[in-house]
Amino acid sequence: MSKPFNILWLQSGGCGGCSMSVLNAEAPDLYSSLQIHNINMLWHPSLSEANSEEFLALIASIENGDIVLDALCLEGSVMQGPNGTGRFHMLGGSGRPMMKVIESLSSKANYTVAIGSCAAFGGITMSGANPSEASGLQYTGHQPGGLLSESWLSPGKLPVINIAGCPTHPNWVIDTLAQLAMDDLSLENLDSLKRPRNYTDHLVHHGCPRNEYYEFKASAAEQSNLGCLMENLGCMGTQARADCNTTLWNGDGSCLRGGYACINCTAPEFEEPGHCFTETPKLAGIPIGLPTDMPKAWFIALASLSKAATPKRLKVNAVSDHIRIPPGTKVHIEKISKEDES
Amino acid sequence: MSNKSSSRKILGPFNRIEGDLEVQVEVDQGTITKAWVNSPLFRGFEQMLHGKVPQDALVYTPRICGICSVSQSVAAAQALAAAQGLTPCNNGTLATNIILAAENLADHLTHFYLFFMPDFARDTYKDKPWFNDIHTRFKAQTGTAAKEVLPARAAFLHLTGLLAGKWPHSLALQPGGTTRPVEAQEKIRILTTLGTFRIFLQDVVFGGELEQLAALSNEDDLQDWAQNHADADFSKFITLADNLALNQLGNACDNFMSYGAYQTTDSEHLFKAGTWQEEFLALNPDDIKEDISHSWLHAQSEAKHPYQGSTIVDTNQDSGYSWCKAPRLNGQVMEVGAIARQMVDGHPLIRHLVADNNNGGGANVRTRVIARLLELALVVPAMEQWAHQLKPKEPFCLPTAIPDDSQGAGMVEAARGSLGHWIRVKNGRILNYQIIAPTTWNFSPRDASDQPGALELALQNTHVGKDENASVVIQHIIRSFDPCMVCTVH
Repeated sequence: MSKPFNILWLQSGGCGGCSMSVLNAEAPDLYSSLQIHNINMLWHPSLSEANSEEFLALIASIENGDIVLDALCLEGSVMQGPNGTGRFHMLGGSGRPMMKVIESLSSKANYTVAIGSCAAFGGITMSGANPSEASGLQYTGHQPGGLLSESWLSPGKLPVINIAGCPTHPNWVIDTLAQLAMDDLSLENLDSLKRPRNYTDHLVHHGCPRNEYYEFKASAAEQSNLGCLMENLGCMGTQARADCNTTLWNGDGSCLRGGYACINCTAPEFEEPGHCFTETPKLAGIPIGLPTDMPKAWFIALASLSKAATPKRLKVNAVSDHIRIPPGTKVHIEKISKEDES
Repeated sequence: MSNKSSSRKILGPFNRIEGDLEVQVEVDQGTITKAWVNSPLFRGFEQMLHGKVPQDALVYTPRICGICSVSQSVAAAQALAAAQGLTPCNNGTLATNIILAAENLADHLTHFYLFFMPDFARDTYKDKPWFNDIHTRFKAQTGTAAKEVLPARAAFLHLTGLLAGKWPHSLALQPGGTTRPVEAQEKIRILTTLGTFRIFLQDVVFGGELEQLAALSNEDDLQDWAQNHADADFSKFITLADNLALNQLGNACDNFMSYGAYQTTDSEHLFKAGTWQEEFLALNPDDIKEDISHSWLHAQSEAKHPYQGSTIVDTNQDSGYSWCKAPRLNGQVMEVGAIARQMVDGHPLIRHLVADNNNGGGANVRTRVIARLLELALVVPAMEQWAHQLKPKEPFCLPTAIPDDSQGAGMVEAARGSLGHWIRVKNGRILNYQIIAPTTWNFSPRDASDQPGALELALQNTHVGKDENASVVIQHIIRSFDPCMVCTVH
């Protein structure tokens, strides 16, 4: 067997949820996946045996070159505050701001990988007035440049690889790490925000089980309604880049399948949409955020046409929390109509 | 410090806990005389929430913590429901309980197998009679247990995929119920998933029926179980805990608190609310105050109830040694978690073990772990009942309409203990949002009257020998609380 691909996983200004998500990996489980792809976890804060002394010694060995680090994985934002000191997150027992440890290790690791939207872009930790002066590794929200500069490249000649998502999906992480371990990931495999195109060449909309409601603009009015969540309840699935409805979560879940809006959590600054997350902002009754790659006038024309043609079945079911009219005969539909009238 | 033979050491970072922790200890002749617990990460969620639309708390607060995400959602949803004076519909309450229990039990399992037990597979214990067995089974990352537990945990969390879209970080949990109505065939799938998990627990974790395990009521019962089901992981723990006298480790304050777990009707819970301070006492939420005298936070003249509390950073606060505040109930330090829930609710086994002087007397490492595993056996049957009670075709969620000027509290039990959210809304925006997490109680710093927090107490008088860093005993005590540091400071 060739030598293992060494990864070191650090957590900083985040919730640990991406680690928990990665532990949800199935068929096979996380440890089996790592074994199959010859990935060796030198250290992970939730999973490793090593105690604090051993861990601090490991960091020193990487810094002085005794141990080769193939990939540094960071989960959570880089905590730069207060006043740029990094004191909001000190690496316990070391007296060093975590920010400095990350900077030092990223210069040694062949690749640096941002696990989740916090490490990629700053994410939820940057919300509000960003009280902790959080940033991503190589982005601060949409702005290129975070802890590391816009032009920074790792010793392996790649920018920070942003496996964004809040949380990220176990498959997104395992696929990307396996590609790195196989030396099979290049710049062309990353999108303009340096996210793996494995999952960002898709829209959350793809495979959404509410597609028929979307086609006919049969919209949900309240939480738990079955209709499309785009017109009223804030769903950004037609713009959000991820394969959440084809690479499913915890069995066969996804946000849409769970009955609530996609909040575009793989994008920079998703945490500050400028409106209530679960209400669609509108101008003259028309949602502002329409699909990005289609002329607005055409969308509106098609929408009004399909709205005029919406079957009664979809109109009724869209605002119900269970299927009231199954696909069926005309007679059945007329019966329901009569019930509605009476 | 106090005398020449003592020394003060900084220990950390600690792994196999959720988030960041640093502990300072003063050691005199191999025994810890004092401890100071520091939560070294600050993010500032309470500041972020200021000025937001109240419903947006449902997006932000679960993201405080990736391991207690649903608990945070439920606390936020209950605080918003209280502000609105809304009682969720019955299906919504049942689904919420199933989702919350799925998270809590998955956490108990993760703690036992991935965080706590691997310490006993360390070479420190290689001379112990049980070592080879434990090493094979629980060694971090390579032990045989993980390859059974990870798939079982992931399959169990399919409950969250179905009922909440995903875990962690769901928006399915709403003030009026849940966003995911369940159809008849999905109710069957929920019961199938629960049944699969029951089989795993019975075959692998306990070696016997959940109901029989839940009926154990004293030390003799426990010993009988360990002997009669020796191959079960639960029994392996009992054996090594007795061999290492883990019941002599980690006694803290012996005041226990629970907000009440899994609301069944308006005022009833599966595990009741209250405190245990040598006797059962009712809980008055007005008695909760947060002290910041030893936190790196802007001085306030006295401890404040969370409705009045604030979180303003002050790194120049000389008496500060943690970002964590010190919550107190009527000025008393409280321990929270599974052991506290079962003490308050009155489970005979846990009441017996805590009262039993032969078992160390009071809370300890061994009883904390037993209480957590006991909850696996107690809660799965309750989940099965809740699933049976779901009524497809009836409402799962009532509409939300938060009054522009209102306030409300959401008090729930996360895996690690009591979690509270307090929201005040003015002109339709969040004026103040304060959170007290379970580990804020357990790992609090000292308060104005210099009372140490629960972990600080639990570490005092612990014999660690010559090398504090190598002392695995400290690790056992810390992990016995199943700390969640990201929740602690938030």
